[in-house]
Amino acid sequence: MDINSARTARPDLEDIELELLLEGLYRYYGCDFRNYARASLKRRIRKVLETEGLTQISALQNLVLHDAAAFKRMLLGITVNVTSMFRDPSFFLAFRQQVVPLLSTYPYIRLWHAGCSEGQEVYAMAILLQEAGLYNRCRIYATDSNERVLQRAQTGIYPLGLMQQYTQFYLQSGGQRSFSEYYTAAYDSAIFRSSLRENILFSQHDLAIDGSFNEFNIILCRNVLIYFDAVLQRRVHKLFHESLCRFGILALGRQESLRLSPYESEYEALVKSEKIFRRLD
Amino acid sequence: MSSLVSSPIGAATAPALIVIGASLGGLRALRELLQQLQPEFSIPIAIVQHRYWDIQHRLMESMQQGVRLPLREVEDKDELQPGKIYLAPADYHLLVEPGSFLLSTDPPVSYARPSIDVLFESAADAYGQRLVGVILTGANHDGAAGAAAIKAKGGRVLVQEPATAESDVMPAAAIAQTCVDAVLPLSELATQLNKFCAASSL
Ligand SMILES: C[S@@+](CC[C@H](N)C(=O)[O-])C[C@H]1O[C@@H](n2cnc3c(N)ncnc32)[C@H](O)[C@@H]1O
Repeated sequence: MDINSARTARPDLEDIELELLLEGLYRYYGCDFRNYARASLKRRIRKVLETEGLTQISALQNLVLHDAAAFKRMLLGITVNVTSMFRDPSFFLAFRQQVVPLLSTYPYIRLWHAGCSEGQEVYAMAILLQEAGLYNRCRIYATDSNERVLQRAQTGIYPLGLMQQYTQFYLQSGGQRSFSEYYTAAYDSAIFRSSLRENILFSQHDLAIDGSFNEFNIILCRNVLIYFDAVLQRRVHKLFHESLCRFGILALGRQESLRLSPYESEYEALVKSEKIFRRLD
Repeated sequence: MSSLVSSPIGAATAPALIVIGASLGGLRALRELLQQLQPEFSIPIAIVQHRYWDIQHRLMESMQQGVRLPLREVEDKDELQPGKIYLAPADYHLLVEPGSFLLSTDPPVSYARPSIDVLFESAADAYGQRLVGVILTGANHDGAAGAAAIKAKGGRVLVQEPATAESDVMPAAAIAQTCVDAVLPLSELATQLNKFCAASSL
């Protein structure tokens, strides 16, 4: 046999090791990364290898299956929690201009913020809804699979150094107050007003495992689906479809779409450029 | 065991994807390069151009000027299609899997998001020998590690001749780190890419 063709035909060993690791994590710890987008997951696993001083994924598998502390370290290494307040200001501007008027007719608004990370986006939405005079009619369910980020989200305390950037985004998003009204500065921290948190319920929910838990008028899930492969994206879109009420609104990240959703035809674009959709019925 | 002997550029496996990294001065270089591709150019091209504040939003339109092939800013899980040029969106890393793209908001890599290394390394994993990487002008070292990854997986790397680049740091860094296949000015890079395309459609 030609050695070159044999080489190209044989599956990549690293890919096999990765699959075995993910299967092990699922069976032993119950956390399911099997349908996360492979290329980005692999990149993060390689970084974990580096920090653990290992070269092979199978060595990492051995380590994390026998050492719970190493498993926890790995979890932190492979989840991405990058977020910001009013990230993509044009999205929040469109929300103010085109979604808020629809909501004003609702007596009660239930919002699910899926994959809320450390909560910046949730507080940003709470600010927006307060300014629109809708907040006291709202109940926001903010969920993430990562317990640690939820704990941070609960506190509503962020590094003071980020406020300059957030203020700029806030203004670009159509905010008309002084952004500093919303927090008190203490040492290096910005502590957000607790009134913003009154109608927010933070809780753990894993989009890869857990089911629908309520019916919502709005579901916000931005920059989470990019971490999932096509199979898991379909699962989550089914979950969202089941959890949205008639004419409910689904908002995705700037570069995400409904293309992989089995329910694409059951939505219309409310603001196409900002990935804001509305369930038809 | 011919795989150990480096073959003349173009003689090896026909490329299925071309990845290009550019930074400072990249917009002009990219336009010049892309304008010289034949209208029937069919190999998909994926580009990371570092974004500076001034070109953040106008990048797509500015780059399309005079370029016949259609340009698209990647949306998550877009499929690679022949004859299309794909651009990494602002503030996302662009990665490649066999047949499709994916995006991530992982932290910047050496201050860059999108990062050339991230694109190149994932593309090397996905396409191996069937990948060509191109490094253009830039004032940082992004892409050097990515170029090495492409070579390690049997792909080919072309670099803009530093003396002809608006900023020579990035091409020089790639050349210093890896044994690249060719160092050429833009017009010859275009000629080489056109040759790859002719070879792949044989
Ligand atoms: C990049 S952050 C996005 C944060 C925010 N939505 C934004 O766009 O700024 C992705 C979040 O998704 C969460 N996540 C990842 N996998 C998840 C899963 N299976 N279920 C729920 N959340 C998940 C991560 O923990 C992380 O906080």
